[in-house]
Amino acid sequence: MDMSAFREHLRQIRSRVGFLEDTDLALIGAIEKGLPLSPRPYAEVAAGLGISEQEVLRRLAALRNRGVIKRLGVVVRHRELGYRANAMVVWDVPDDTVGELGRCFSGYDFVTLCYRRPRQLPQWPYNLFCMIHGKTRDEVQARIAQLVQECGLESVQHQVLFSRRRFKQCGARYHGVTTCPALADAREADYAT
Amino acid sequence: MRPDAARPDALDSLDRRIINTLQDGFPVSERPYAEVARQLGTDEDTLLARLKRLLDERILTRFGPMYQAERLGGAFSLVAMKVPPEDFDRVAEIVNGFTEVAHNYQREHAFNMWFVLATETPEAITDVLRRIEQASGYPCYNMPKLEEYYVRLRLPV
Repeated sequence: MDMSAFREHLRQIRSRVGFLEDTDLALIGAIEKGLPLSPRPYAEVAAGLGISEQEVLRRLAALRNRGVIKRLGVVVRHRELGYRANAMVVWDVPDDTVGELGRCFSGYDFVTLCYRRPRQLPQWPYNLFCMIHGKTRDEVQARIAQLVQECGLESVQHQVLFSRRRFKQCGARYHGVTTCPALADAREADYAT
Repeated sequence: MRPDAARPDALDSLDRRIINTLQDGFPVSERPYAEVARQLGTDEDTLLARLKRLLDERILTRFGPMYQAERLGGAFSLVAMKVPPEDFDRVAEIVNGFTEVAHNYQREHAFNMWFVLATETPEAITDVLRRIEQASGYPCYNMPKLEEYYVRLRLPV
């Protein structure tokens, strides 16, 4: 994407979320692909934007406090780190108890994501989704059994969808500004399950 | 797995502590690496070199900000497809060719293709789905999140 298209994207973002200033958007664009690996990374970013290091620090802290930046840090390739059993577990939960169960799930460290999503009847009755990552399928199954028991789900229908292959895993893409850093291995396959 | 992908057992204890610590966050300060290095009982140069290696070896996908895309005005959705096994690779290629597809997993179920769409507007989700359906010949089941109970993908190594 060339810079004029990039700027146009930023203008569009701004028109939707008026509270982000141009400098915030430029900053977001500047660090989107990653922070520089140098002793003063924010000074480097600041120099690229023509603002001071202090301004970068102040704006980043504010973006984080406002929740625009969820966190700074690393994203791991979980499979390469031994988390080779990755299950999406879906539950058909009565609508009036889905919130209660979602909160019960969120009490477990091994539940890494949990959402309520729409059913697609008649083909798909499941409305509560959670992700469980583990090193083996047995470990994941044991954790699901623990959830069933401790959150009282014996009578709730669920299914476990283990992943077989991953085609893409990108950084947080937004507004077309990012190119997918994992695009080169979009065909990367993982059969180890 | 790629043949040259690093094995987790190639990580030493410092690598592991770096990964675990930086999954929790990274300081916004003048010398953030020095700060983290102190916390880990190492020095800034070592930490920078280790991070570079972990990124080069693709053990880490990224090092930087995780955005709350919705707060930037963008839209995300999870989409499922039921693709006959013999047609799976063809459809995967089509789906993966869309730049709006952030990641795509094959799962063991009749609903065997699961991908995440990231677009600039909620309306664009509908448009991309229609184009994927046309190009692949199979329906897309759109399952956007209605409520979020927990988001913390932290995997201790």
